[in-house]
Amino acid sequence: MDMELIRNIQGWGYVSMIFIITIGLYAYIYHLYKSQREGVKDYEKYSNMALKDDIDDSLVEAKDPQKDEKDNEER
Amino acid sequence: MQSSNAINYDYTVAKYFTISAIVLGIVGMSVGVLIAFQLAFPELNNMFGEYGTFGRLRPIHTDGVAFGFTVSGIFATWFYVGQRVLKVSMAESKFLMFIGKLQFWLYIIGVAVAVVSLLLGYTTSKEYAEFEWPVDIAIVVVWVLWGISIFGLIGIRREKVLYISVWYYIATFLGVAMLYVFNNMEVPTYFVSGMGNWFHSVSMYAGSNDAMVQWWYGHNAVAFVFTVPIIAMIYYFLPKESGQPVFSYKLSLLSFWGLMFVYLWAGGHHLLYSTVPDWVQTMASIFSIILILPSWGSAINMLLTMKGEWGQLKENPLVKFYVLASTFYMLSTLEGPIQAIKSVNALAHFTDWIPGHVHDGTLGWVGFMIIGGIFHMAPRMYKREIFSKKLVEAQFWLQTTGIVMYFTSMWIAGITQGMMWRATDQYGNLAYSFIDTVEVLHPYWTLRAVGGSFYLIGVFMWAYNIYKTATSSKAIEKEPQYATPMA
Repeated sequence: MDMELIRNIQGWGYVSMIFIITIGLYAYIYHLYKSQREGVKDYEKYSNMALKDDIDDSLVEAKDPQKDEKDNEER
Repeated sequence: MQSSNAINYDYTVAKYFTISAIVLGIVGMSVGVLIAFQLAFPELNNMFGEYGTFGRLRPIHTDGVAFGFTVSGIFATWFYVGQRVLKVSMAESKFLMFIGKLQFWLYIIGVAVAVVSLLLGYTTSKEYAEFEWPVDIAIVVVWVLWGISIFGLIGIRREKVLYISVWYYIATFLGVAMLYVFNNMEVPTYFVSGMGNWFHSVSMYAGSNDAMVQWWYGHNAVAFVFTVPIIAMIYYFLPKESGQPVFSYKLSLLSFWGLMFVYLWAGGHHLLYSTVPDWVQTMASIFSIILILPSWGSAINMLLTMKGEWGQLKENPLVKFYVLASTFYMLSTLEGPIQAIKSVNALAHFTDWIPGHVHDGTLGWVGFMIIGGIFHMAPRMYKREIFSKKLVEAQFWLQTTGIVMYFTSMWIAGITQGMMWRATDQYGNLAYSFIDTVEVLHPYWTLRAVGGSFYLIGVFMWAYNIYKTATSSKAIEKEPQYATPMA
C-alpha cells in the first residue's frame, strides 16, 4: 500500500468519523427533548438524585424494586 | 425512624483523602509560591543547594497540585458523592472498603516516592509526566483500584440511573487511564541495552510523534483532571448546597457528550507553529474554539440553577465559592480558545499569559470547587458544624483577591512580553533584548508571587477551619439537608 493511499484512507476516515459522530450527537439531543416532550421519559426528575440523597430518602428510580421494598420494610 | 441495624454512609476513605487533599494542597501551593518568588528574585534559587532550584521544584509544584491536591480532592469527593447519589454505603461491602483503604495507602506511598525522586532530579523530562517507570506502574495500580471502587459501588447501587456526576467520574477514570498509559509508554534503557540506571527510561515515541502524544496527553490532563471531575463536583455540590435542582438535566447530558467528543482533539494547540503537520495545528485550533460550547453548556447550567435564588449568594459563603468557580470556568474556557487561535497564539505562546490562563482555571475553578466541596462534606462527615463562617468569608475574599492579582498581572506581563519580543525597528532588527523584557516584567512577577501568597494563606485558613470543624466545633444532631451549618 503506497503512502498516498494511506493518507487518503486517513483523510476520508477522519472526515467520515467527524460527520457520523456529529450526526449521532445531534440525534441524541433530539431524542432527549422528544422523549421528554412526549412523556416517554422524564429526564428532569433525575436532578432530584442530588437533592434526595439521604440513605433513607425514597429512590428516584429503583434498580431493583423488590429489593427496595424489602429494605423499606427492614427500616 | 431507623432500626438499630440501619445502614449509614461510611466516609472513612473520604476522610482519608480529605486530609491528603489539604496536606498536598499546602505542600504543592507552598512550593508554587516559592518558585513564583524565585522568578522575581533569582537569588532565592540558592537557598537549599541543588534541591531548592526552580528546575527541581517546578515539577513538584505542578505534579503536587495536579496529582496531589486535585486528585486527592477527586477521590475524596467520589467516596462521598458516589455513595450518596447511588444510595449505597461503603459499609455494605467489606471488599470495597478494603480496596478503598488499599488505594489510599498505595497512593500515599506513590506520592512520597514521586516527591523524593523529583527532588533528587530523576525525571523523564516530559511535562506533567516526569515520573520514571516504577512510579508510573504504582500510579496505574492506584488508578485500577479506584476503577474497582467506582464500578464496584455502581454494581451494588440502589438507584437505577447514574446521576450526571457519576458519568463525569467514570469519564475521569477512563480518560486518565487511556492518556496516562499511552503517553508513558517508555523503554527502560537498562533492561533493553544495559545502559543507565535500572529505573531510567526513554519515551517509546520519537521527534514530532512524541510531541503530539505528549500534548494530546498534556492538554487532556487539563481535561480529565482539571475539568471533567470538577464538573462532577459542581453538579452535586451546587444543587445540594442551594437546595435547587439542576436547571436542565438534559443540558447536562448533552454537554457531557459534547465535551467528550471535542476535548480530545484540542491538544495540538500546544504545538502551533512547530514541526507537526499543519492540518493537526488547524484541527486543534478549530476544536479548541468549538470547545466553548460544551464548556459553557455546563457553566451556564450551573448559573441558571441559581435562578431566582441569588439571595443565597449573600447568605451562604459556599454558594459564593461554587458560583465564582463556575464563573472562572467560563472565563478560562473562553480565554483558552482565544489563545488557541493561530494569530493570537503567535503573540501569546511562551509568554506569561499562558500561566495566567492556567491559574485562573486552577485557582478559581479547580481550587474553589475542591475547597468548597470539602467545606460541604466536613459537617456531614464529622457530624459537627463548620467552625467559623467568618473565617470562610475572609478566606473567600482573600483568595479571590489573590486570583485577580495573579491573572491580571500575568495578562499584562504576557501581552507586554509578546509585544516586546516581536517588536522591530525601522530596519527590521529586534527592538529589545531579552533582558529588556525581564526589567519591564519584574513588578508583575512580584505581584504574581504576592497574589499566590494570598491564595496560599487562604489554604491555611481552610485547613485550620476544617481541623477545628473535625475536632472541636459544635456537634450537630441531624444531618443538614441543604445549606451547610456554620458557627
